[in-house]
Order: sequence, then structure tokens, then C-alpha cells
Amino acid sequence: MRFMMFMYPEIAEEDWNPSAEDVAEMSRYNEELRKAGMLLSLDGLHPPAEGGRVKFDSAGGKTVTDGPFAEAREVVGGYWLIEARSKEEAMEWASRVPGRGCTVEVRRVFEMEDFPEDVQEAAEREFGGL
Amino acid sequence: MPAVEAKRSIEAVWRVEQARLIAGLARMVRDVGLAEDLAQDALVAALEKWPKAGVPDNPGAWLMATAKNRAIDLMRRGANFERKQDELIHEVGARMAMDAASVEHGLGDDLLALIFTCCHPVLGTEARVALTLKLLGGLTTPEIARAFLVSEATMAQRIVRAKRTLAAAEVPFETPDGTELDERLPAVLEVIYLVFNEGYAATAGEDLVRPGLCEEALRLGRIVAELVPREPEAQGLIALLEIQASRTRARVDRKGEPVLLADQDRSRWDPLLIRRGLAALARAEALPAPLGPYGLQAAIAACHAGAASADETNWVRIAALYEALAAISPSPIVELNRAVAVGMAFGPEPALTLLDAIAEEPALTRYHLLPSVRGDLLAKLGRGAEARAEFERAAELAGNERERQLLRRRAVES
Repeated sequence: MRFMMFMYPEIAEEDWNPSAEDVAEMSRYNEELRKAGMLLSLDGLHPPAEGGRVKFDSAGGKTVTDGPFAEAREVVGGYWLIEARSKEEAMEWASRVPGRGCTVEVRRVFEMEDFPEDVQEAAEREFGGL
Repeated sequence: MPAVEAKRSIEAVWRVEQARLIAGLARMVRDVGLAEDLAQDALVAALEKWPKAGVPDNPGAWLMATAKNRAIDLMRRGANFERKQDELIHEVGARMAMDAASVEHGLGDDLLALIFTCCHPVLGTEARVALTLKLLGGLTTPEIARAFLVSEATMAQRIVRAKRTLAAAEVPFETPDGTELDERLPAVLEVIYLVFNEGYAATAGEDLVRPGLCEEALRLGRIVAELVPREPEAQGLIALLEIQASRTRARVDRKGEPVLLADQDRSRWDPLLIRRGLAALARAEALPAPLGPYGLQAAIAACHAGAASADETNWVRIAALYEALAAISPSPIVELNRAVAVGMAFGPEPALTLLDAIAEEPALTRYHLLPSVRGDLLAKLGRGAEARAEFERAAELAGNERERQLLRRRAVES
């Protein structure tokens, strides 16, 4: 089963760019994940100030905003997509992240089989054209 | 932490560490069976201690230290096994004295040595598969038994015998190099391929252990590809497996019936796995050595993966790849597939000529796809009566009812 591990760095946006040391340490961890055959993909993200948001209200109306954003909140700094045999195994790998002042959140990726029959059928109609 | 939860997280640590633990211990005690027992003892110790004391900061190192101490204890007491004990005690002691960094450095090597030992030529194929899943995959004996549809007793015995065979043959715990590596790598890759296919052959709704074999094979294949990055077949195999696995969701319909490649809903192919497969294939192609059988099969799979629809498939390239595959790894099945590709690329006539050459192959006399492909080619040439006879013959040989019906219908339509 697949798990997404989200990294939430607790740092100010101006400190977003990691040092060579941090990168080297993280690369060792990534290498370990890869050598264990667990790693499917990973990416680091630019800070939210450089991004944008599209907010939908309950009626579907849209508000588009460009960064930077006024309110401080938890933002994703990057993610790993891994293949693990259980949530506990994914958690074990998350606990090995060389982190300081950050949170790593582990979330299981939905598989089609996780959905009830009618949802699976809808997905097939929508994307499969069967 | 509640007891059940603690047990589950210890088991997770165990799954992460187990193969490396056994590999590191096998390097010291030169016996994978003993190494596994020692690792198990360390797990038992962890299950006793960690729920109260908490999981140590470096659980892998804790397990290793515990297992090593246990090894020395066992040898001092001279328990259960006849070996040159002084020598072993000395060796283990010397190893333990080595600094942690240098042990850390050799972890990948130990893991590779463990893989090669599990797939050693003194063992039969079934034993290699079982031992690899047990020691590297961390599957339990009952899980492996269920995956291969044999009784637990049979599987337990297979594993015990395999360990005994390795010990009796005094198989050295090492990674072969040079030409020996070239000779022995195919056995390692074959084991991974067999595990994958066993999982791939499982149908939906079956015991989940069986489809789980695909994930296990992918994991092992990815590990081996990382450990021997300069071996084109290691890259070729993982490329092939990633691309095949990308079709998992599309290859059976909702009733669990198989769907032919041409009829699969390509939007259900997993783009991430395709991308990983193509990347591995590119790595194989970038190496100086030419593609081997797995690499060529991956290249063929990549042609399908890259086609937006069955009609847009590059059959000319696939036919050429099958020709290359037939040249290095000839088999009637490869010829049959090549004939299909040639038929799609260049029309039915040259394909029929290829089929004529394998018509008498003993391996294909009971294989329904030979007359079925022939029938299809004859039908395209408008040779209805001959096509009908071939489809009827194919229907007689087909193993499953649905295929039989399909072939009968084609016979009638011809």
C-alpha cells in the first residue's frame, strides 16, 4: 500500500531554502528509502509565497489569490510517496526522517478497492468510458 | 503505549530491519539459518523490553547488538550446533570490535550477499524463492505457504531443507564478482520474476497474500537494481515489473475476468509506475552492455505503455524487439509473440510464415494460442474455412470457459 509522507517545516518563509548540510542529510535518508525499495517519488516545494490559492465557497464560487498570504498556517514543504506494508512501517520510516523543528504526517493513499462499489463504478464511467 | 499497538510498531521496526539484521549476522556467523535464529531471538527480546522501556533511538543497532550478544552466549554454552566454536567466538568478537561506521558502510554488501546466498545454485528454484521471501521479504512461513498454495508443513520443510543444504555445502556468505556475478545474477533475477508472476497470476478476491507478492517482488527488484546499478538486466527486470504492475488495475474486469492488453482501459494504467519503468529502462539502455532478455521485454512493454490506444501501438518496433529477443533467448513462445507483432506490423502473410516454422514445436502442441493466432491471420487473408478449423482447434485446447466461448464464436464468424 502507498503512503504519502508530508513534511511540514516550522520555519519562516524567508528561511525556506535549506542549507547544503540539511540537503546532504536529507539525501542520505532519501537514499536509504530508495535502497530499501520503498521510495516511489519525492519532491520539495517552493514556499507558498510563490504559489497561489483558488478557494471555492460552498456554492462553488471561486476566489483566486496569489501568494504571499497574510495568515500563518501549516504549509507543506515537500512529500515522499512510499510503498509500505503497513501504516506502522510507514510510521517507522517517518520517524527516521532527519527532522528538526518540523512535522511529518503520514497518510495512506486511496486505492480503488477502498471505495464502495458505486464509487468504483462512477470512476469507471467517468474515466474508463466502459 | 497499549500492548497491541506496541507490538505492531515493534513488528514494523522488525520488517524494516530484518533483512539487514540477518545479512549482518550471516556475515559474522557464516550461516544464514543461524543468523535468522539469532535475529528472531533479538525480536523476542525487543517484544519483551520495548513495550516497557520504549523503542530505542536506533532500534536497528539495538537489535543487532542484542543478536550479537546472543550469538556469543550460544557459542559459549556450546548449544545445539557443532562448529569450530573458538574460531566463531573470535570472529564475532573481532567483528563487534570493529567500529560502527565501517559496519554501517558494508550494509548494502551484506544485503546483496544474503540475496545471492538465498539464490545459490545448490538450491532448487522453489527453495530459492521460499528462502528469499523468508529472509529478505520478511514473510512468515504460513504466509509463504499460502502464497504458493502449499501446506505450512511443506513450506516449513522446504525452508529448513534449504538452510541445511546451504550449511552442508558450506556456501560462503559473499557477493560473487566478475564473471561469477554474471553467471549468478540471472538466478537472483529469476526468483524476483517468479515471485512477481505468482502474484500477478492471482485473481481478485483471492487471499491478499498472493497479490501482495507483486509488491514484494517490486521491492526486491528495486533493491537489487540499486545494489547492482551497472547490471543492465537488473535495471531491465525492474523496468519490466514496474510497467507490468502499472496495468494491475486494468487487467481484470470487475467480475475478476482477465482483460486482454488490446482491450484494456489505458486510463487505468498507473502513470507513476509507467514513468518508473521507463526511467529504469533508460538506465539499462544507457549502460554499455546491450539489453538482455528482461531489458528487451521491458522495451516491448514500454512500446505498449507509450501507445495512447491499441491502434497507435508501434508494432514495427515491437516486431524488431521480438526479433532481437528471439536471437538471444529463443523460445517457441517468443516466436509466437513475434509472429503476432509481425502480423500487426507487416500483415498476415509474413506472420504465417513465422508460425509455420514453429508449427511442430512440442511445447506448443497443446497451446491454444498457436491455432488462435493462426486462425486470426487466416481470417484476415479471407481463408475462412482454414480459419474456422484453427479456431475450433483452439477452442478445444483453451483452458478457460470464457476463452473457449470467444474462440467458438470466432469459428462461427469465419
